[in-house]
Amino acid sequence: MISAQLPALQVVVPLLAAPLCLVLHRPFAAWLLTFVVSGISLLVSVALLGQILEQGVIDYTFGGWAAPFGIAYHIDFANAYVLLIVTAISTVVSIFARRSVASEIEAHSQGLFYTAWLLCLTGLLGITITGDAFNLFVFLEISSLSSYVLIAMGNDRKALTAAYQYLIMGTIGATFILIGIGLLYMLTGTLNMLDMAQRLIAVADSRTARTGFAFLTVGLGLKIALFPLHLWLPNAYAYAPSAVSAFLAATATKVAVYVLLRFMFSVFGIDFALGAMPLSTMLVVLGSVAVLSASTVAIFQHNLKRMLAYSSIAQIGYLVLGVSLATPAGLTATLLHLFNHALMKGALFLALGCIAWRLGSVRLGDLGGLGYRMPWTMGVFVIGGLSLIGLPLTAGFISKWYLVLAAVERGWWPVVLVIIAGSLLAVIYVWRVIETAYLGKTKEAVSGTEAPLSMLVPAWLLAIANLYFGMHTELSAGIASQAAMVLFGGQP
Amino acid sequence: MNVAGLYNYWIVILLMMTGFYVVISSGNLVKKIIGLNLFQASVFILYISMGKVMNGAVPILREGVTTYSNPLPHVLILTAIVVGVATTALGLALVVRIREAYGSVEEDDIHRQDESL
Repeated sequence: MISAQLPALQVVVPLLAAPLCLVLHRPFAAWLLTFVVSGISLLVSVALLGQILEQGVIDYTFGGWAAPFGIAYHIDFANAYVLLIVTAISTVVSIFARRSVASEIEAHSQGLFYTAWLLCLTGLLGITITGDAFNLFVFLEISSLSSYVLIAMGNDRKALTAAYQYLIMGTIGATFILIGIGLLYMLTGTLNMLDMAQRLIAVADSRTARTGFAFLTVGLGLKIALFPLHLWLPNAYAYAPSAVSAFLAATATKVAVYVLLRFMFSVFGIDFALGAMPLSTMLVVLGSVAVLSASTVAIFQHNLKRMLAYSSIAQIGYLVLGVSLATPAGLTATLLHLFNHALMKGALFLALGCIAWRLGSVRLGDLGGLGYRMPWTMGVFVIGGLSLIGLPLTAGFISKWYLVLAAVERGWWPVVLVIIAGSLLAVIYVWRVIETAYLGKTKEAVSGTEAPLSMLVPAWLLAIANLYFGMHTELSAGIASQAAMVLFGGQP
Repeated sequence: MNVAGLYNYWIVILLMMTGFYVVISSGNLVKKIIGLNLFQASVFILYISMGKVMNGAVPILREGVTTYSNPLPHVLILTAIVVGVATTALGLALVVRIREAYGSVEEDDIHRQDESL
């Protein structure tokens, strides 16, 4: 019985838990609820993926209203895969959050913090699972509004201006998406994505379709933090509470990339998105510039969270490069990197969260000799950093390998060079940290060394996942290539 | 091209560009929010005007009427208006907190204070 209702439960459970969290209010109770609900969501998404493996796709209609009229959830490999990433990261990071949040946020607003967390989770899951274009916009705003709140809760006052800046740019992006969806509705008279895709075929060669596509791409570009539209991201990730940086860096932009893929491949179709429109050329240029410029800027950052934020912008560049190749291999690389990047950035931000918990700072100058005082924490950072560079036996190597192979297959050698150059730049900014931590001088004798276990365990879980998925690719690459096939098939 | 017949779209574009310009050009955080509101309002009008069907009646079931206007965009935009209100409220709340922390709502002022730190 319950297995038929899983698609609804995926969104409804965190949605209902959010107000409950507000009522509970006590920090520990609110945290426990957040953790349990994230865990339940993870189980639901695993069960959904199991169902997808058996039967291919799941169509779920709300209230029994048939698809083009009622709101329908449509789940295939692509979104089941993203659901798994979001729920897994939320579960792991929420274990970490208890001690980290307790040290960064005042006790009386922790209940509110977890409420916003659950709402953000609801929004991200809703965006991913829904098959209705307007429903997608509503969930997008739920996740955006709650992430502005989460970022503003950082204890530096710059967190406020960062959240404000993100609110302005995020709202412009969301409004662009709303315009795009409106134009598509004018053209097709439907909001169901599958229905829209079929009706668009006849009218694709019209100015309205092209304008709608442009609005959607630019709006999603803002949400993704694609190169010239990335300005909100560095401050938002740098000044947000540590747990929020880890959660958002590993999930929010990934979900936005998924939405872009969904519109490009499933709604407009690949011939329109990458053939009739010059998007492929644009993406390859923007992606290359993002990889090179953001990696270079990352080298000069003293605040390590800011450094990782710039590195995230560079990783978005890799994702976009994979899309621009317009081949199943390229798309597989993008989807694989979605997963692997969530693992590596999650691990790195959690390691920084441990450092912030102990030192109260994540500035490079304060890290001298930390490798000996906090060996376990720095161990996570080293593994995450190696994965970011793309060293063999780490998850980062696998996705870069797929990406390079896909670029070679198309004969795009300059792209291969960009990927290698990006990795070399990553070596520099990761090495700076490792050098300071292991070879630098300790500033003062600090008592107490490691972060508590409740923070180290989730960080190590992600670090071990980085190693595991660097050696066993059947699961991650297998599902990614299935998802790419589904997206390429046109009809999800 | 039928310029006059598309006047609703001209209004949408005018409002949208006005709002967008205010968001970009104004250094006052409250004025930015107002610009953002104007920007969103233009999209509301876009949606509302697209629901009109030529010679269509009010979408209430009546005898003798066969053509109705489309009520769906109106329902959709009601949701978007709610979202807009929530965004404005959150934005203004952030501005209040920024004023408490910096003693100013001018972007230049805030920027200068952060650099001096």
